[in-house]
Parts: sequence; structure tokens; C-alpha cells
Amino acid sequence: MPEEILATFEVRRLCVLNENGEADQDLMPELTDAEIRRMYQLMVLARTFDERAVALQREGRLGTYPPIRGQEAAQVGSAFALSGTDWVFPSFREMGAHLALGYPIPQLLQYWRGDERAQKVPSHLNIFPFCVAVGSQIPHAVGAALAARYRRDNAAVVVYFGDGATSKGDFHEAMNMAGVYALPVVFVCQNNQWAISVPLKGQTASASLAQKAIAYGIEGVQVDGNDIFAVYRATRQALAKARRGAGPTFIECLTYRMADHTTADDAGRYRSPDEVAMWNGRDPILRLERFLAARGAWSEEQGREVLSRATGIIDSAVRDMEAMPPPDKTELFDGTLATLTPRQAGQRKVR
Amino acid sequence: MAQLNMVQAINQALADEMARDDRVVLLGEDVGLDGGVFRVTEGLQERFGAERVLDTPLCESAIMGAAVGMAAYGLRPVPEIQFMGFTYSAFEQLFAHAARLRSRSRGRYSCPMVVRTPYGGGIKAPELHEESTEAIFCHIPGLKVVVPSGPYAAKGLLLAALRDPDPVLFLEPTRLYRMLREEVPEGDYVLELGRARVARPGAAVTVIAWGSMLERVLKSVENYDADVIDLLTLSPFDIETVLGSVKKTGRAVIVHEAVKSCGLGAEIAATIAEEAMLHLRAPILRVTAPDVPVPLAKLIDHYLPSAEQIRAALDEVLQY
Repeated sequence: MPEEILATFEVRRLCVLNENGEADQDLMPELTDAEIRRMYQLMVLARTFDERAVALQREGRLGTYPPIRGQEAAQVGSAFALSGTDWVFPSFREMGAHLALGYPIPQLLQYWRGDERAQKVPSHLNIFPFCVAVGSQIPHAVGAALAARYRRDNAAVVVYFGDGATSKGDFHEAMNMAGVYALPVVFVCQNNQWAISVPLKGQTASASLAQKAIAYGIEGVQVDGNDIFAVYRATRQALAKARRGAGPTFIECLTYRMADHTTADDAGRYRSPDEVAMWNGRDPILRLERFLAARGAWSEEQGREVLSRATGIIDSAVRDMEAMPPPDKTELFDGTLATLTPRQAGQRKVR
Repeated sequence: MAQLNMVQAINQALADEMARDDRVVLLGEDVGLDGGVFRVTEGLQERFGAERVLDTPLCESAIMGAAVGMAAYGLRPVPEIQFMGFTYSAFEQLFAHAARLRSRSRGRYSCPMVVRTPYGGGIKAPELHEESTEAIFCHIPGLKVVVPSGPYAAKGLLLAALRDPDPVLFLEPTRLYRMLREEVPEGDYVLELGRARVARPGAAVTVIAWGSMLERVLKSVENYDADVIDLLTLSPFDIETVLGSVKKTGRAVIVHEAVKSCGLGAEIAATIAEEAMLHLRAPILRVTAPDVPVPLAKLIDHYLPSAEQIRAALDEVLQY
């Protein structure tokens, strides 16, 4: 018997805004000028937050911190597409998404200061706590999507993770399950090309991460992760698809971790300055500035104004964070269980 | 002899054994080019090549499971899990396979491997980076659990573990990695697994500790006539040395940074009660973390056993 071809596949890549800031008008998502300005402000806010967090860590005012520099388009663009009722499952490097969703900034800083009270997500947001164990949050999104469908809610679920997480069993198990049940979940992979010192080629032999979706019967797409319009467009489409019951989508945002893995890391040990310099030239904020400038909506002075406002917001957030009293030691116990065990209750009294 | 810290002592033990035995192969996340996030494997890939020091994808279960296959094939793999808090996704491979392969195959296959992982609190790191869940692993038949308390012990115990015919979990106390420096012989020496050490002799009370708590205990007992036992191997622990001391002192305090309930202290206390009840002159006390998850930096000092808590327990048993 001759061999037959059972199936052939294609992997799509989406780019709307090129490096020169020129947008493809056919692909440009529907966004008002005000919305685009808001996207830009949020990216600058995310960059400002990030730079300040790194500086605070260096001064001993924050603990170990994982920078998001370079990933602002992937984070703000995806979060911008969400609605208030959607559920979000972050990893630990999506502060740009938190900012776009309106997470209180002092509380974001408080988390990286080593205070777990920061993990009490405001009740108007459906965001899970930061997830440090890589990829272990992905199945939670599948469960929430199952529950949303069971409740006949119109909510969709977004889960964030990085390229490293795609090597974990939890990723594959969750993708498979989402495919089997055709769940309303959007997998947003920020492929920043480095998992601490391991580059993408040390993580997978696949030509793209997007194609991993194919194996699970899920639609997968790679987008230019430094192109906020592409990220937004892909996420918005995936969310609309999820809401109409048409199943999950995997979005690979190809971006770059411009900074160290964390403030405890030194990326200079394992990657070349040339590579970093090349990606500095592809800065997602720069690209949007070029787009806005070509429309007469950005000048250096306007840029300074946006930055100055972001700096003011972060200054105030740092003051609020540092004015918070330290947690009482009873915080060790409170919330461990709905009702403390007798032994915990005893320990709480004498600790 | 050179004064080394624990990072250097472990690095030296790995390098020496790799030079001596070509079956020893390291694998884990960032262990190669980056030399490990704590630099414990620094320079080893450069010296021994990428085939013997593998930078793996981010996949703890596959790291542990691959080590099982490598060991059964005849190598001596040394998988590193970057932090103890990330061993949980590899737990099935450790529990259901590494620890049972000899038993399941009735001795046809065995699993000589050393799982290295940094553990313990007090380094102001993010969540899951300061775990001390050794008791979970001590509950696995077929797995040995070793915890050095300083650079000298680290090298001797690691060399013993690397030559052990069965799987060993080697827990490296992160708080001590660069805190203590000790004379560490350059040459080959092994500290037998399963043997505790009297870290400080005394006659009035036995204090049992391991890992980074040993350092805190030694600082806390300066004005006490305490017989301090550094357990070194947690599973199987040195019952003989523990009982010998307790029969001498009649009092026992166990200090560990893990939570109290079902911690290793419970096993030690139960063994003392079973074997030396009539020698006791006071209840056996445990000084431990409370029964809560390891907190972040702001609360960690309230979580870890303090010198005051250790001394309060000593006073209580001495005045009983």
C-alpha cells in the first residue's frame, strides 16, 4: 500500500505594524484614536513601572524582580482586548497586563517587596495570583473555562505564560484538554526567546511555538509580539471566537526579553550584546511612536508629557507602597484555611 | 587545605567525581553555560563538555524521568531541580519510579542518581524558592535524603551520594551557600550516608537539627550544656547516635524549619519515645515553623525558628 498524506498544516504569522511604524490598513483593528493613545500611555506606564521596580530593587527597596522590558506590546495589547468579566491567569512577568487591567499599582509593587497581602486581587477583577511555578497555571485556565461554560457565562479565559512553559507537561495536558472540550480559553504565550539562560532553540526543536497548537486540534497563530496592533487583533478575535463557543486559540507573541531574567540574573553571561542591541532597535514602544508620529499624533514633546504623567503615577504608587505598614505576623496564619486548625490557632496565639 | 564556602565545596565534589568517573552526567535548567542560578555548577560544562553537563528545556518531570532512564542504562546522572519548590512536578518520577525501580524490577534495574536541589528559607526570594518539605521525601521508601550543614560535610556527603547504589535527594541549604567557610580537604573523602555527627558535645540536653537550622542552633546554645546532633542524613536517619545522646542527657529538642505537623521531628520524637522512653526526664519538644505555607520576605523571620524560640524550648525541658 502506498503511504498517504493524512494531513498537512500551515502556520500563520500576523504582523500589522512594521518596524517603521507603518500599519497594514487591511489588517488594522478597529481602534479609535483615543484608544490608540491609551495603548501608548499604558505601554509607557508599563515601561516606567518596570524601570522603577528595577531601580528600587537595586536600592534594596524591593525584592527580586522579573523585568518585563520589551514585552509591553504583548502584555498591553492582549489585556486591552479583555472585558471586565474575563478571567486572567498570569505567570509572574505580566505586570504590563496587570497595569492595563487596572490592578492597583502600589499593590503590584507590594508583591515584589515580599508582602503576600498584594495577592488579594481587587474584587472587581478576575485575576489569579502571580504564578511562580512555570506553566502550572495553564490547567487552571482550562478549569475556569469549563466552569464558565457550565454556568453558561459569556466569559472567556486568558492564560499567560512564556516560551519556557511550553516545555512543561502542564502546558501540553492543558492544551490537549482545552482542545478535547473545545473550551473558551485563549492561550497567550509571550515567547521572549529566553528562559533564564536557555534560548528558544534549547527549549524546542519546533520552527514556531504556534504550531504546537496543531497537535491538539487547536488554532495556533504567531503574531509579532512587538506589534501592539497584531497582538490586540489576534487576542480580540480569539476572545470573540471563545465567546461564541468556537473553541480555544493559542497565540504566540514573538517578542524579546530585553532585560535580565530577574534582578538576581546577569544575562551578559549567556547572550551577546549584539543580539540585545538588535532587539533594542525593535522596541515595541518606539514602533508605536513612529506610527503616531506619522499621523501627527506624537512629537518628542508629547512623548515627554506622557512619560511625565506615567512617572507621576509611579512616584505616587511608590509612596503609597512604602507607606503601607508591614504585615502583622498573624498574617502568616490568616487565610490558610477558612477555619484554622486547632494547632494553627494555638501557634497563631504564641508566634 | 583551602577555606571554601558550600558552593565551592559542592562544585569541587562534582568536578572531582566527574574527572574520576565518566558515568557522572549533570542535567538541569541553566546548569551549563550559566553555571546554575547559584553558580554551583560553574565551569563544569566548559571543562567536561555539553554532553556531560546538559542544559535542559524547562521540564522538571522530564529531567527527573530522564535521569531514571540514564541511571538504569548505567550512568550516574545528577539531575538538578533549580529550587525545591519545583520538585513537585517531578514528584511522580521520583516517587513512582526512581525510588521503586530496584524493587519493581526485583533488582534487575537500579537507579543510582543524585537529585540536587537548593532548599530552605531566609534568602528573601520569591514564592516557592524557600521550601523545606524534606519530610515528604523522607516518606518515600527507596529514596535517601541528605542535607549538609556546611562546606566540609557537603563535599564528603556528596561524594558518598554519588557513589551510592540507590537514588539520593541531596538538599543544599541556600541560606548557608555562601555564609559559612570551612577547611575543605582538596582530596577525596566520603562521609558515610546514614551517619549523624555530634556538632557540639554536651550532657544536659540533646538538640537535633540539620541544614541551615544547625547553624542557628549552634549560635543559640552557647550558654547551654547541649549535645547538638547534626543529622546530615535525614532518611535513613542515624537512630543509634540520636538514642545514644538522649540516653545520656534524658532530654531532647528537635529543631527544623519545616512546618510542625508530620515534619521529620515527629518521626524522630516517635522513635525516641519508642526506644528510649524510660531515659527521658522531660517531654520531647519540637521547635519548628508554624503549620502555614512559607511566607514571602516580609514575614519569613516570623516563620523560621528563632534563637529565642530554641532557647525557650531548652529552658522548658531543662526546668521540667
